[in-house]
Amino acid sequence: MELLKFFTAGNVDDGKSTLIGRLLYDSKSISTDIIEVLTRQSKTKGADTDLDLALLTDGLRAEREQGITIDVAYKYFSTDKRKFIIADTPGHEQYTRNMFTGASNADLAIVLIDARNGLTDQTKRHSIISSILGIPHLLVCINKMDLVEYSEEIFNKIKQDYLNFIKPLNLHNITFIPVSALEGDNVVESSTNMKWYKDLPLLTYLENIRIDEQYQNNSTRFQVQCVVRPQTKELHDYRGYAGSVLSGKLSVGDLVQVLPLDISTQISKIEKNGIEIQEASADDAIIIHLKDDLDISRGSSIVPIYQMPTIDNLVNATICWMDNKEYLKGQKFLLQQNSFRTKASIKEVLSKIDIHSYANIEDVIDIKLNDFTNVTIKTAENISYDSYATNRKTGAFILINENTNNTVAAGILH
Amino acid sequence: MDYLDKLEAEAIYILREVAGQFDKPALLFSGGKDSICLVHLALKAFRPGKFPFPLVHIDTGHNFVEALEYRDALVNKIGEQLIVRKVEDTIRERKLQDGKGKFPSRNGLQTYTLLDVIEEFGFDACIGGARRDEEKARAKERIFSIRDEFGQWDPKKQRPEIWNIYNGKIDKGENVRVFPISNWTEMDVWNYIKREKIELPSIYFTHERKCILTEYGQLMNVNEFVQLEETDTIITKNVRYRTVGDMTCTAAVESEAYTVDDIIEELKNTKISERGATRMDDRVSEAAMEDRKKSGYF
Repeated sequence: MELLKFFTAGNVDDGKSTLIGRLLYDSKSISTDIIEVLTRQSKTKGADTDLDLALLTDGLRAEREQGITIDVAYKYFSTDKRKFIIADTPGHEQYTRNMFTGASNADLAIVLIDARNGLTDQTKRHSIISSILGIPHLLVCINKMDLVEYSEEIFNKIKQDYLNFIKPLNLHNITFIPVSALEGDNVVESSTNMKWYKDLPLLTYLENIRIDEQYQNNSTRFQVQCVVRPQTKELHDYRGYAGSVLSGKLSVGDLVQVLPLDISTQISKIEKNGIEIQEASADDAIIIHLKDDLDISRGSSIVPIYQMPTIDNLVNATICWMDNKEYLKGQKFLLQQNSFRTKASIKEVLSKIDIHSYANIEDVIDIKLNDFTNVTIKTAENISYDSYATNRKTGAFILINENTNNTVAAGILH
Repeated sequence: MDYLDKLEAEAIYILREVAGQFDKPALLFSGGKDSICLVHLALKAFRPGKFPFPLVHIDTGHNFVEALEYRDALVNKIGEQLIVRKVEDTIRERKLQDGKGKFPSRNGLQTYTLLDVIEEFGFDACIGGARRDEEKARAKERIFSIRDEFGQWDPKKQRPEIWNIYNGKIDKGENVRVFPISNWTEMDVWNYIKREKIELPSIYFTHERKCILTEYGQLMNVNEFVQLEETDTIITKNVRYRTVGDMTCTAAVESEAYTVDDIIEELKNTKISERGATRMDDRVSEAAMEDRKKSGYF
């Protein structure tokens, strides 16, 4: 059985939490004791319905009090066909960083649009972020169709508006579905209220959409997380490099380059779960042995000599600022790319992306919370990377404030 | 890739990040199925090497004897270090008030012992088996959850956790709680136990037990800690445990499940959630778990 990770984006009141509640409820993934609690809460909150499905995902006291989603909530459900992980992400602009967090690992985005309002600032912002993150699939759900008399005309107009808006963006594989999360139209079952819609309901799409790794190039990438050295009598010379295959395939006998050491050698053995294997592929957690005894530590990359990544200490990136405190000119960071860390600073601020129009703003005065900025970063050590557009694993990094230890930015490399 | 392979690979990746990022990690072991899976995953992550951390058990004194026997047998089999610290000692040394009432819980008290053992050994990372599907506050917690020097979780100050890049950088005195199986559900755990043929304490399977029925309709084991009342009727039932916590706050469920397959079949048909069926500690308020985490709980 496959696993699909998706997140929901859209305006605050577009009914994201209700939609998730609906998916869980109709796929019978909510237990009776939880429903009892929700029914009780719905009553005390004076909700319009007997069962306010939004209460299911607002897990923090502050969220229930304010009736909004502040942080990402992860929910799980499965059908006979697939297992799903949902990141329910907040809609408010001030929580963009949390939305970015929930979206970063997703295979698919559900973008909700209120049929009465059409495209809003948040729809645009979330679509732009999805584009920056290179989300492979988009399901645009035009919601609250029950409140516009299930009008095909309105559906088509919003669809056209949306297609016009995303023309300059990097979004592909887009599907439009008219739904009512509250009433359940086209969520799990096909709606009888919209005979004009001939395609599938949302859940059927989620169950069948191809989870392709199209964003990944075929280059093989591996990073060392830790070194396994038992140092026992029997395994005196055992020295294995533990890590996960980030992309591509590694085989015993492959000629490889170790970075940043920049020395070539050969893979002599691969182990997975204590068993020797000949070949390992993406996501496999393995231990690699090399022919030569080298000084390799955490963060080193092992790549095939004929598929070298870019190696540089000056890189262009788009960063999303995530700290409450704005960027201070000259500030030093730790840049972390998977298990590799090096000191870094922003050498040049190139431009800011207007998150509502996708326009480039050349004159950048500051970098504040939730800003998307194009920058040049200088690193202390050379970084081995691929552009994010070709490899989501080696083209992504975070910046850590050395003083507060906080993650202050997430970045993608160009 | 099959979803269980994906979940396994993610968990091993996280365990290795702990090994790579921290000087003094520990694995919190309770003898329950989730922490048993963690040990199994750690074997896959680090063998033929030793674990880069000891197992730490916070012994509440209210444990099921089967869970303790299992713990000792497991540690013996894998040859790793086990550190046990007893809540009883903490109560005595710190002059704390022991749990009271009909079901005297040490659930809150174990936080003291946990924080003490973290300080005693200077642990900078504690690996735990919590899952996001268990409870709504847990659904909000990061995989690397930063705690201040009082062990407190602040949901408003969580670090963004983007892609699979984990930032475990902390100051001295702080620690990180790491939850490698955050994305597993109860059913995933059982499917994994089945696939990997992992042995479990016997109380997960059906057995005859003397119980009383609580006001919420839960079956509580009759033991030396539970204060029986005259109105209580002792009944003998075929039961099993869905979670293994303390004898004083974990309820049994009626079951005829003799094997892992039986359990999976039973879970497919059950309508009650794991914690709803078995935990008395969550019944206190809507935010019971959030509040406990804010004060240093697992």
